[in-house]
Amino acid sequence: MRIKLEPLRQEAVKNWQELQSFGQPIILVGAATCGRASGALDVMAAIGEKMKELEIDAIVRQTGCVGMCHSEVLVDIIKPGRPRITYAKITPELAKELVEDYLVHDNAREDLAICVQGETPDEDLQVRVVMRNCGHIDPNSITDYLAQDGYMGLAKALEMMPQEIIDEVKVSGLRGRGGGGFPAGRKWESCLQVESDQKYVICNADEGDPGAFMDRSVLEGDPHSVIEGMAIAGYAIGASKGILYVRAEYPLAIRQLKIAIEQAKERNLLGENILGSGFSFDLDIFQGAGAFVCGESTALVLSIEGKRGMPKPLPRPRTSEEGLWGKPTLLNNVKTFACVAQIIHRGPDWFKSIGTEKCPGTAVFALTGKVNKCGLIEVPMGIELDKIINEIGGGVAGGRAFKAVQTGGPSGGCLPADMLNLPVDIDSLTAAGSMMGSGGMVVMDDSTCMVDVARYFLEFSLEESCGQCAPCRVGTEQMLTILKDITQGKGREGDIDLLVEMGKAIIDGSICGLGQSAPNPVLSTIRYFRDEYEAHIRDKECPAKACKALITYTIDAEKCQACGRCLKACPTQAITGAKKTPHTIDSDKCDKCGICFSECPDRFAAVLITTGGTESSN
Amino acid sequence: MVTLYIDDIQVSVEKGSTIFDAAQKVGVYIPTLCHHPELHTFGGCRVCMVEANGKLVTACRAPVTDGMVVRIDAEGARKVQRMVVELLLTKHNEDCQTCVKDSNCKLQEVANYVGITPERMAMLRRSVTEVEIDESNPFFNIDRTRCILCGICIRTCEEINGVTALDFGFRGEHTAVVTMGNKKLAESTCESCGECMERCPTGALARKNYERPNREVKSVCGYCGVGCGIHLGVRGDRVVSVRGDKDNPVNKGQLCVKGRFGYNFVNHPDRLTTPLIKRDGELVEASWDEALDLVASRFKEIIDESGPNALGGISSARCTTEDNYVFTRLIRSLGTNNLDHCARL
Amino acid sequence: MKKEDVKFQEIFSRYKGDREELIPILQDTQAIYGYLTDPAMCAIARFLRVPQSQVYGVSTFFAQFYFTRRGKHAIKVCLGTACHVKGAGRLMEAFEREMGIGCGCITDDYSFSLERVNCVGACAIAPVVMVGEDVYGHVESKRVKEVLETYADKT
Repeated sequence: MRIKLEPLRQEAVKNWQELQSFGQPIILVGAATCGRASGALDVMAAIGEKMKELEIDAIVRQTGCVGMCHSEVLVDIIKPGRPRITYAKITPELAKELVEDYLVHDNAREDLAICVQGETPDEDLQVRVVMRNCGHIDPNSITDYLAQDGYMGLAKALEMMPQEIIDEVKVSGLRGRGGGGFPAGRKWESCLQVESDQKYVICNADEGDPGAFMDRSVLEGDPHSVIEGMAIAGYAIGASKGILYVRAEYPLAIRQLKIAIEQAKERNLLGENILGSGFSFDLDIFQGAGAFVCGESTALVLSIEGKRGMPKPLPRPRTSEEGLWGKPTLLNNVKTFACVAQIIHRGPDWFKSIGTEKCPGTAVFALTGKVNKCGLIEVPMGIELDKIINEIGGGVAGGRAFKAVQTGGPSGGCLPADMLNLPVDIDSLTAAGSMMGSGGMVVMDDSTCMVDVARYFLEFSLEESCGQCAPCRVGTEQMLTILKDITQGKGREGDIDLLVEMGKAIIDGSICGLGQSAPNPVLSTIRYFRDEYEAHIRDKECPAKACKALITYTIDAEKCQACGRCLKACPTQAITGAKKTPHTIDSDKCDKCGICFSECPDRFAAVLITTGGTESSN
Repeated sequence: MVTLYIDDIQVSVEKGSTIFDAAQKVGVYIPTLCHHPELHTFGGCRVCMVEANGKLVTACRAPVTDGMVVRIDAEGARKVQRMVVELLLTKHNEDCQTCVKDSNCKLQEVANYVGITPERMAMLRRSVTEVEIDESNPFFNIDRTRCILCGICIRTCEEINGVTALDFGFRGEHTAVVTMGNKKLAESTCESCGECMERCPTGALARKNYERPNREVKSVCGYCGVGCGIHLGVRGDRVVSVRGDKDNPVNKGQLCVKGRFGYNFVNHPDRLTTPLIKRDGELVEASWDEALDLVASRFKEIIDESGPNALGGISSARCTTEDNYVFTRLIRSLGTNNLDHCARL
Repeated sequence: MKKEDVKFQEIFSRYKGDREELIPILQDTQAIYGYLTDPAMCAIARFLRVPQSQVYGVSTFFAQFYFTRRGKHAIKVCLGTACHVKGAGRLMEAFEREMGIGCGCITDDYSFSLERVNCVGACAIAPVVMVGEDVYGHVESKRVKEVLETYADKT
């Protein structure tokens, strides 16, 4: 089959090389969701406008997300004979300047550039497997993908026996990237072993974790890598039909996928008799209607069947044996499929050389929260947390103190500063009371209240609970009520032990993974930040000064310069004062919205937040 | 057959049985709220948790295996049971005295089994969701402050009656048993058979104007030819309830809306207790002899005047098969085949 | 028949009438009406031969579906984790205060509705607010008025 792919590939490589060495400059704009949210489309329009005005010829292309969300909008310019330069935080105005300065006057504008040759600044720490093409190729162009050895894995796989493919995946040690970490090869094998007239491959792209957008970026930036992985899986287990289960909230990803599927079909890389191998594989997109619990395999399958996504209780057959419409169904995450094509193409030993022995490969994290450089990162398994946060992430923002890092979303937990040397992999995070989950990583500083964070995640889990089993439904509700009481200063002695006891019973008693992990954020914050809970309960004090009920805003009369900013901004007219008269806050009227605190200029720092007797100012 | 040990009691049951089945066989009590022998297993309440071969499983779903060692009162299981029951109570209407199901309530039974203490309950936060009672159905009410979301009503409506007027709606803390559009029961496709109400483990689905009978009388429902077996609940000289006879092979305990709720006419003051004869345009009470004599003499007159085919007989589906048979013999003996039955009308 | 009703009837010609088409049909229906009406759900139940109660049960399970008319401009405050630690809770309160309605409500003139979403995947520019398809990043409480005013004239 590789022979059949070769002409396609050669043509694509030629195109790609021509593109790189063409007489015209190429301008690439990162236009994934985060880029667009920062105005990527306006930037593109501005570039087009300026080019017209100056009568310059250049190729303007869209790319996916390279991961440096902290520097959006990202624009790359490749001038003939020059290395590729990446520019950060480009506004439409800056884009116009850039076009004129670099393309006309040959001033490369080093002040705006962050790196050269498409290398991320921390290249030595990051390894790109899943995201290798994101931000580098045009996701709407299958030839771009083919030029990066795309579909080579599929072509090679079609020359192998199904069991050989599965053996390669097993040797590679690839584990599911959706959160469970189950060995992918073993799952595939159990699908292969079941005799059935019809089997299905489903890609779970229903990314529901709040604070995670890895899957979206891969689908938006490199949709073919997922399609190729699914086709390989289809051939390996004997399935002729695949379903991409994508969140309806990801319209751009759905659009890119539809285009990619069409392109693959046109080139006989999907559909009937792929590359003349006799193997046929079709792909459909199912738009998930918004239910976090549909990350559970049985719930996901039920929702495709048009039912409520309520996970089936144990004992029940595995989805790989009896899944969609009772047929064997292989369900893997976006990133798992994205790894597969390369494992087949480059061999399992290459994959094993990355990461740790028990967790080979890379981990993709959405690094967000109070960190200087938010964005998507891909690191080898086993890297220390510290390196991720302080080197790749550039440390805690605003010079504040690091307090905790949350991984695994609502199923995970919070790890404190003394865990920063923890090597990150699927097992180590679980052992530490957290989870890798699908890859959200939220950094918190000393202004984040851990009780409030626990409350936040529990609120999410309760809202997303399917409601069928009592421990999850009423248990998380009770825990949430207790946490709300604690954050409002109504906590009671014994509440902490009650939370722990209840959390354990919910874990033991719940039907599915959602309930079994919902108490994790509470249990892990109690484990590492128990003193903070105690401060709320005993001293009615929120050490992070975040819980509204436990803080008061006052103005230091000596520091106040009576500038009137806070007075003007206060939405509840709680502040009184006049020119040259220090302002005061009427605590009865104060809604504790914090606007005065952020309005007061840093050089005055007159607005104070008090909790249980301690004070702080900005 | 599979042999297992439940709290060291050896028991052999058929392959495919559950731990719950096996425990029942040897008379070992396992608490449950959502399990019902006539319905598909749900496994949502988690109260029947036991330890089997060292792992926590729900007895209602877990199949038995040879040599399985089951601990009913394992600590882990007890903790889950207790938490679930305590927490269901924090969301449950506390007013047991006014509840129809008082002393006949599964939640009370299970709470009693796990042992609820005031000290523990005081630690927990109560939050009964305020929902108006749905009184739209003429025969029973839905009080969602007493609902524990066991789903028995939903499964009953789908599996027993095939109407499926109910389903789970919403999710999380808002999960509720709903009709289409969350409308009142009377505006839904509900046929008011009351099967759900019969199976509801708590007072969430409860009979209106319920009176507890002093005694029961076994009978056959007189509404149609099916002949469902019933137990009439009697209080003094009044019929105050009807329940299906589970041992009756015809209906196995099930009833329709008429059979279950249409008994009030028995106690009605306007109910006919003697025959009536129209005299001078007025219906007047008469004895059976008078009435039968009148019918016989008028039949005779009509046959003499116009022949037997001027007569006809219509019988009722509410009569027993035997009554209907005798009726056909009577009419045919008068010399006519003009016979019909109300079920054909 | 209203234009929407005609479009709604056309949906059925694109499907076979199998249960697994329920969620896609509900999505198409909402795209026409903006929310799911009771008559539409009953018609879908008839078409798919699925009990009405179950159509409602499925619809209410998924966060995507609405059952009341929405505001012309749907304001979605992201309460994802990254937004939460960057003060999205207070931002939501600011919107509630400024709009005079609670989360999940609609203004009397149907010009705005306010709701929360659990992550729009733009965590790097948290806290995030979406108005229709427009995304606003790094929104501070004091910018709330400004955001609302942008759309006030467009109603």
